[in-house]
Amino acid sequence: MFYRIPEINYFRASTLEEALELISKLESVKVLAGGSDLLIDLKIRRYEVKNVVDISGVKELSYIEDRGDHVAIGAATKLRALERSDLIKELFPALHEAVESMAGVQIRNMGTIGGNLCNASPAADTAPPLLVLNAKLRLVSLEGEREVPITGFFLGPRKTLLRKGELLKEIVVPYERGAGASFIKLGRRNAFTLSVVAVATLVKVRNGIFDDVRVALNSVAPKPVRAVSVEKFLKSREISMNAIEEGAKRVLQDISPISDVRASADYRKEMSVVLTKESLLRSLERAGVKL
Amino acid sequence: MKVSFILNGEPVTVDVKPNEILLDTLRLKLNIKSVKRGCERAECGACTVLVDGKPTYSCNLLTAQVEGKEVTTLEGLRDDPIVKELTSKFVERGAIQCGFCTPGFIMTAYALLKSGKELTPENVKKMLEGNICRCTGYKKIIEAVTAAAEALKK
Repeated sequence: MFYRIPEINYFRASTLEEALELISKLESVKVLAGGSDLLIDLKIRRYEVKNVVDISGVKELSYIEDRGDHVAIGAATKLRALERSDLIKELFPALHEAVESMAGVQIRNMGTIGGNLCNASPAADTAPPLLVLNAKLRLVSLEGEREVPITGFFLGPRKTLLRKGELLKEIVVPYERGAGASFIKLGRRNAFTLSVVAVATLVKVRNGIFDDVRVALNSVAPKPVRAVSVEKFLKSREISMNAIEEGAKRVLQDISPISDVRASADYRKEMSVVLTKESLLRSLERAGVKL
Repeated sequence: MKVSFILNGEPVTVDVKPNEILLDTLRLKLNIKSVKRGCERAECGACTVLVDGKPTYSCNLLTAQVEGKEVTTLEGLRDDPIVKELTSKFVERGAIQCGFCTPGFIMTAYALLKSGKELTPENVKKMLEGNICRCTGYKKIIEAVTAAAEALKK
């Protein structure tokens, strides 16, 4: 037995109300949604916590709902449920591709979308697609609710906007009619892998012009980031291979990768450019433009 | 703390510490030895069990989390026709060498075959990506699962 979870107090919440009361009352507390990240982090002593509040049984936090102009996803929705949702596959293919690429089926049966976001790993795979989809996050505490854009949610490695006593309740993903979007992840291998770099892109096209361009990456900065330099360069520009190649190179202004066990910083930089281009082309194709 | 759940069809109640993982409860308290201690960090799949029918790593799950749930291990599926077909095809195709990973593979493959989804070598591969085998190199395992699926169709 090499790994041991330290002594903890375990609290099981069965309603959202109960969960909020527990996390506001308890000190040194972590929320356990599926546990696929948290339990390992406890085993390797990433966090020193005394109390764990299990929200996996809070049914009101698990749903995928089509609300006409947006889809609402409960924070404790399992990754496997997203992977199997025809609605997600059809409306948000980039999010579907991201979820499908995550770990193995055993993890996707446990891990949740909210857990992936709140854990705030720089390598979180659901982040890039949700960043390009301009998703909004509904945060809730005993004091009330607030809605924040996902673009401002991540503050750094394992750091988010969440305050003490606050929980992510729902992810709101607006429809993007007529847009083409995609997600491409490079790992050290194809199966069960963490990202070396992953890119999500979304494009809208009008009369041969980039009407809107959004690009986001993970694993190349302290947090998942939007590549605003690429977006600015391409927006309102005529669509051409040359423009895409020039635009993709701009990604270097938006990222600050480090070298770690998975890849060197230089490799990440080069692959960020390559994958940005690839993903833009794939998104364009999905928007009906073939170059 | 007391945790009650259904293990292989039978209700059980165990006294556990809050930090106890299901793998330890199964192996050390309930004499379930098909569930193997491999990496202990949710990567290798040797500890795979079904929780409410879904393949899950028992090394990365607090026993407290399975309160009220159905846990299934290979011991509970001895007479199951899908598992019988899988094990005979694993033997026939040489998909077993040391055997340590086998129960985990069978559990994951069982869930896949049980789902009734159309099987291709590609989605068998995808479904088994959370299980590691250090001996056979996967090819024979994928063949065995595919062959079992075909035999079950008849």
